[in-house]
Amino acid sequence: MDGLMQFIFSGLTVGAVYALVALGFTIIYNASDVVNFSQGEFVMLGGMITVFTFEAGLPLPLAAVVAIAVTAGVGVALNKLAIEPARGAPVVSLIIITIGASILIRGASQLIFDKQLHRFPAFSGDEPLQVLGATILPQSLWVIGGALLVFVALWLFFTKTLTGKAVLATANNRLAAQLVGINTNYVMTLSFALSAAIGALAGVLVTPITLVGYDVGVGLALKGFAAAMLGGMGNPKGALVGGLLLGLCEALTAGFLSSQYKEAVAFVIILAVLFVMPQGLFGRKSTERV
Amino acid sequence: MSLLQVQGLGISFGGIRAVHDVSFNVKAGEIVSVIGPNGAGKTTLFNMISSIYRPDSGTVHLEGKDITATEPHRLARLGMSRTFQNLQIFQEMTVLENAIAGYHMQESGPLWQDLFALPGSRRRAAKAREGAYELLARVGLKNAAEQEAGNLSYGALKRLEIARALATEPKVLLLDEPAAGCNAVETEEIDELIAETAKTGIAILLVEHDMKMVMRISNHIVVLDHGEKIAEGDPATVSQNPDVIAAYLGTGEEEASHADG
Repeated sequence: MDGLMQFIFSGLTVGAVYALVALGFTIIYNASDVVNFSQGEFVMLGGMITVFTFEAGLPLPLAAVVAIAVTAGVGVALNKLAIEPARGAPVVSLIIITIGASILIRGASQLIFDKQLHRFPAFSGDEPLQVLGATILPQSLWVIGGALLVFVALWLFFTKTLTGKAVLATANNRLAAQLVGINTNYVMTLSFALSAAIGALAGVLVTPITLVGYDVGVGLALKGFAAAMLGGMGNPKGALVGGLLLGLCEALTAGFLSSQYKEAVAFVIILAVLFVMPQGLFGRKSTERV
Repeated sequence: MSLLQVQGLGISFGGIRAVHDVSFNVKAGEIVSVIGPNGAGKTTLFNMISSIYRPDSGTVHLEGKDITATEPHRLARLGMSRTFQNLQIFQEMTVLENAIAGYHMQESGPLWQDLFALPGSRRRAAKAREGAYELLARVGLKNAAEQEAGNLSYGALKRLEIARALATEPKVLLLDEPAAGCNAVETEEIDELIAETAKTGIAILLVEHDMKMVMRISNHIVVLDHGEKIAEGDPATVSQNPDVIAAYLGTGEEEASHADG
């Protein structure tokens, strides 16, 4: 039983990171129908920038804030320089642009930073806590807590605030949104900033556990995408549940089957979801009216 | 003074001159109709006035201010709203939410008030909701308020679009075939709604194929054919104009098949 509890804890930790990546996907997808494959690079940037500003002498909290702000800026730049000029292009083209952007960001990071793996100290020390007969790192609690907090904040944003509703209206019908006076360009910029900031936050939280290098983004983007698909693309609740489920599946597979198969789980899930229920757990069935 | 002034508007699509040198004015409280056979360029003209297309030539002035090719969301703030021939509805929202969306500009307040559901935020939301209900009652959709918009009939969606446009409190309202897909009773209701709206001082620009309705409610009619203005005047004058009759009924052997679209 100890083993099971242990696997669940590690699954929840990894799952919370996937959930944060998936939430990032959700925001941009909601505003524009675009799946932003550079979401993983935002996580990497969050971790890398924190590492380098921290080593340059900034206190850790400040380094984290700088990293999140800079990454949000990168998100805005991505929208302004690559997505906005191509507005009107089919969604598939925009998605390909985000793949290109992710390659660019990865390459630039490799040049600006380096190719090593890095970490900075955990926020509340490395002393494991004993819970239900298993151990859990305090940093894991930060990660899980962070994911829950972001989820609640996003839920409030989308359901309670006018700006949040404007994002949903833009996703639903861009032209109609403009007609009622919504500045859809601003909505897009805001979505990219928010999504990049959430990605960076994930990077900051998880780096003490998993380390960060210039190329960690690809894997995270794919896992986050699998989580978002599993939960239902565009639904924050789906992103959270999908992320946690995927993390648990991975940890349990690694624990009870073989860690060889751990990586395969995400991809098997993507395939199964696409074949059996393309709308995911919480996504609505899409019907297009002509 | 005219609320809306359209001056020499023209646009070409790949060598095809869709609209050429069209000018006219709309005064506050006036209903001006744009008519013409299918393909005459009526919707294209609308799309230029409402900045969906950027005109190649000409200008649009709202209250004396040049608004040519202003971003659509800014037009909404300046007091222009419109409906579409092929509908631009938030399909996944309820009918009520669609109407509430029209109050977007009036509902905006500080973000923190929204986040903590403070009285200010709740008051604005309640006001938008009330206004939306009233507008839905006016267009006869009050009973459908909680339904998902995507489930409504075409005629009902047309009316919902008018309600949403009115919610933005426009000075100029562009209606692209508001009565299309409506039965005789509904058409009459829309008819009354448009006349009432004009009485409140809103300038209305209308594209419509229902000639009876156009002749009944318009103060002024602009006739387009092949992208050019061929006639203009009050309903009686226009309906007697030989060019208009030729454009609609054809000359000689041509059949009038395209007049009823």
